[in-house]
Amino acid sequence: MDAKQMTGAEILWECLVREGVTDVFGYPGGAILPAYDAMLRFPIRHILVRHEQGATHMADGYARASGKVGVAVATSGPGATNMVTGIATAMMDSSPIVCITGQVGSKLIGSDAFQETDITGITLPITKHNYLVTRPEDVAPAVREAFHLARTGRPGPVLIDITKDAQQRSCALDWEGAAPAQHKPPLPPPDAALCGRALELIAAAQRPVVLAGHGVMLGDATRDLQDFISRTGLPVAVTLLGIGGLPASHPRNLGMMGMHGEAWVNTAIQESDLLIALGMRFDDRVTGNLKTYAPQAKKIHVDIDAAEIGKNVPVDVGIVADLKDVLQAWQPKLTRCDIGRWIARIDELKGDSAVRDIQNLPDDGHLYAAHVIHDLWRATHGNAVVVTDVGQHQMWEAQYYKHETPRSLITSGGLGTMGFALPAAIGAKVACPDAEVWAVVGDGGFQMTMAELATAVQEQLAVKVAIVNNGYLGMVRQWQEFFYDGRYAATPLLSPDYVKLAEAYGLAARAITTRADVTPSVEAARRTKGTVILDFRVEQEDSVYPMVPAGADLHQMIRRPSPIVETGADA
Amino acid sequence: MQTTFVVHVEDRPGVLNRVASLVRRRGFNIESVTVGRTEMTGMSRMTLVVDADEAARPRLKAHLYKLVHVRRVCDLTDVPAVTRDLAMIKVAADPSSRAEIMQLVDVFRARVVDVAPESLVIEITGTEEKVDGLLDMLRPYGILETARTGRVTMARGAVARQNGVRQPRQPWTGAADDANVAWSV
Repeated sequence: MDAKQMTGAEILWECLVREGVTDVFGYPGGAILPAYDAMLRFPIRHILVRHEQGATHMADGYARASGKVGVAVATSGPGATNMVTGIATAMMDSSPIVCITGQVGSKLIGSDAFQETDITGITLPITKHNYLVTRPEDVAPAVREAFHLARTGRPGPVLIDITKDAQQRSCALDWEGAAPAQHKPPLPPPDAALCGRALELIAAAQRPVVLAGHGVMLGDATRDLQDFISRTGLPVAVTLLGIGGLPASHPRNLGMMGMHGEAWVNTAIQESDLLIALGMRFDDRVTGNLKTYAPQAKKIHVDIDAAEIGKNVPVDVGIVADLKDVLQAWQPKLTRCDIGRWIARIDELKGDSAVRDIQNLPDDGHLYAAHVIHDLWRATHGNAVVVTDVGQHQMWEAQYYKHETPRSLITSGGLGTMGFALPAAIGAKVACPDAEVWAVVGDGGFQMTMAELATAVQEQLAVKVAIVNNGYLGMVRQWQEFFYDGRYAATPLLSPDYVKLAEAYGLAARAITTRADVTPSVEAARRTKGTVILDFRVEQEDSVYPMVPAGADLHQMIRRPSPIVETGADA
Repeated sequence: MQTTFVVHVEDRPGVLNRVASLVRRRGFNIESVTVGRTEMTGMSRMTLVVDADEAARPRLKAHLYKLVHVRRVCDLTDVPAVTRDLAMIKVAADPSSRAEIMQLVDVFRARVVDVAPESLVIEITGTEEKVDGLLDMLRPYGILETARTGRVTMARGAVARQNGVRQPRQPWTGAADDANVAWSV
């Protein structure tokens, strides 16, 4: 034991440093002041946010870009409650973050003191676990266990609420004694009998499809997935958060499944006789109507979270294990699957529906979002880390930006949090300073958290912002067009002049209205140091196709209306 | 359908809240919950009765295991088990009805624990059906107050087997070869 007396605040930072933390995102306030005062004595970079929601999204973006635990700090009361959206976002997308909040003095708890709120009670259902720390002796055990919980198993957010007196009072730091307690046995290796059964199903399948989700990246199994696919030749469909788990250019990567997945992907799933689900959770945006979902298919489901097995879709073989371990256990026993006819069938589906309205959209003076994303992909050579917001632009990004590497698409999937992109992009840039980071946002979501532009400027973090500006809350407008007889209730949206806004922050910006101007603007933005805003004034009432209406059968897609003729060539 | 879980939890502040919040959050309804200390320091035992169908049972169990302080969850729904409910019933009783009520108490093997000029307090331990039966019989005399603990359940026998595997009933205490407890996620 280090006999030296330290304050709880000092112990907090000492533990964070020992856990490998170098950057935190936060906002000071009364109840967290002792911690901020102590922070100056530790090798920690603090990024001052403009709203605590931004701090959580930044920690989230940081975690998703790097695989490390992101850390957000806030004060009690409103500082803590402002974090709720970001914590829920991280929970739904299994993102490892640790949130540290100040709390009023332990004697004042329960008295409705100034800026007191029950943040551990509030975040109970949206954290993996949380702590209320009222003594300096409990700081180190809470921090160590919090980091352990956040990054192991199915990752997720953990919150530590520390009273002001626990930060101020002193004790000796007992690092070894604070090691995380073993509450349950460690994860065992994959069950051999279940793996054997899965391999039998794979060998016998005529029309198999692999469904790859976020777990491929969270479980660090991208390499193993590629080996699995090379060995078997199985076709792979990916979830939104699974994008990047297998290179988009991989010949067996079909693309994204689900509500806005390509028609051939969803059709292949519906016609398949075996689904091999790896680190995904059969979300309703992925399955459509569960009663008619892949009716002829047997299902193998591999997930680290036992509660996901059989939750939405009954499975024939459910394996609760680390995906990497499962793929490695399968690897020596795999043989090439004899599925030439099935692959030919998928190619036929592809040809018939084939891509991509993209080159068929008339370049008639209008600017289409699909073109913007496509040209952005071209101009960045597919190498950018793209962080999207939520809505139409998110789906267009997923459809038209080809991600070759893991962790190169960062997006709020499960919770669908508007306002996520800009702060998460800032977090990603802190994690990966050498990466080219683009925030692709809609005009709605951008206006939710655009205050964080000042954070990027103050911290000199270069994030390129592409606003897909259609003057509507586009996805909601699309639903109103399709399902509410075109009554646009509260979806027309006014934006400020983003070029002038950028000027106010001392940033470069440009408004783009024609396709010819897209690539030169993106290239100019790439050459410019610092944050740049590109305001793409796209076609206002364009919709995302194809679309499976909520609750409809997966193969019942709304297709892009004629007269646009779809062809197979890639632009 | 009523599902009975016995949940061993670490005795930490808020652990009951975490279990109750989880059940609510996942859309189930708690029919009854009892908590008490066990013979092991720092370990509490809950009998949790939840309305959950066949398909939801393993999922709820898996969710319970995700709580850090949950050490073991046993589903006793289909296991031979002893279940008890304790009730105290205050019933109106004047000298004219007291003897009759005392006879009923004898028949139900209950006990009178307090006698007052105009009331009796009766203590009964048994299955819920038995307690309900006594309540039905006492109702005509005028029930003034009832207090029930909710169900406490314990599996019969020293150990049980499920699918041929020995099923321990004690909280997980660190045995590496204990295959019957789920791991942390």
